Amino acid sequence: MKIAFTTKGTEWDSMMDPRFGRTEFILIYDEEKDELTNFDNQAIEGEAHGAGPKTAQKLFELNPDVLITGNGPGGNAATVLEKAGMKIYIGAGDMSAKEAYNTFKNNKLKKF
Amino acid sequence: MKIAIASGKGGTGKTTLATNLASYLAETQKVVLSDLDVEEPNSGLFIKGNLIHKEDKYKMIPEWIEDKCTLCGICQKVCNFHAVIQLGPQILVFPELCHACFACSELCPTNALPMIPKKMGVLKHFQINNLSFVESRLDIGEEQAVPLISQTQKYIDEHFSEDVIKLFDAPPGTSCPVIEATKDADFVILITEPTPFGLHDMKLAVDTMKELKKDCAVVVNRFGIGNDDVLDYCEKENIPILAKIPNDRNVAELYSRGELVYQKIPEVKQQLENVKDYILKLEEGGRK
Repeated sequence: MKIAFTTKGTEWDSMMDPRFGRTEFILIYDEEKDELTNFDNQAIEGEAHGAGPKTAQKLFELNPDVLITGNGPGGNAATVLEKAGMKIYIGAGDMSAKEAYNTFKNNKLKKF
Repeated sequence: MKIAIASGKGGTGKTTLATNLASYLAETQKVVLSDLDVEEPNSGLFIKGNLIHKEDKYKMIPEWIEDKCTLCGICQKVCNFHAVIQLGPQILVFPELCHACFACSELCPTNALPMIPKKMGVLKHFQINNLSFVESRLDIGEEQAVPLISQTQKYIDEHFSEDVIKLFDAPPGTSCPVIEATKDADFVILITEPTPFGLHDMKLAVDTMKELKKDCAVVVNRFGIGNDDVLDYCEKENIPILAKIPNDRNVAELYSRGELVYQKIPEVKQQLENVKDYILKLEEGGRK
């Protein structure tokens, strides 16, 4: 299973970014390969409009099975993610990516 | 002559000045007041005229025709607002993000994104003696004020002749809706309160008007509170102060009842007279 996290950095110890559309990085963990990769999303800061759909589109391309984030996507982004059939879990905004992963594995995160 | 009434800070008296000045000017000449704060128009609470015209306002947004689309991706590349997005084999359009620029539609090689009208708000035109009042109101859920402000100004241009004084009650702040509401004005009146907060936001508004190359002047509202920093700033920057509306509890009470102020408070009427004199002088200057 491929799991995506909205984060402020590129490591397991990096803090989660509670924002979806304007997240600084998207961290992807591929459980089968035990491999951590990331997408640098910092250019989104310069976008005045449509950050949510833009980031959602990127996520659509990265195509994870699960997204773990903080506050949850807004309406436009949710529309996009819905089309991708992605499972979304929220409430991990104050954790590190590792903590968020463990909490998800223990079924303690809220489904969006 | 077109005069926009704007402010950096919200709640400094744009509507109070716009409605009172419009009514006062209308005692002697033809005036049209237009509420361009389409996200929350409130001049209508103070101007009670007869509704003489009402029309729905539309903006154009693209609609995806799947059969015609070759999924070339040009549409999403040219959209600056991420309102058009390609997701694998489909194109999604977000109408609220669309600025109606037509780029995706015009540049689509197979005409798969024709523009169709979408209702965004309502324009109403009221009349009371010499005073016309035009108000536009954005529908709930609509995010783009600019297209409606632009269409409201077009309505004013088409329905009122050159010799009618046109007052625009602008939205607060310094963002796109304010630019749209002031960019056609011959003159901009900035209203502020004499407080550090009022001064801070007025400076932003002054800088914006400089960028737009607009002549502007200041009206100080709630004069008597705060300090002299606004006056000092205007003097240093050579910005004329047209009026000082006194800080008076009665003004607030009348306002809260939806009543005009100048008819009941002589000091306010006197201050409006200063503004009127200035406007009439500008008009004479313009004719010469």
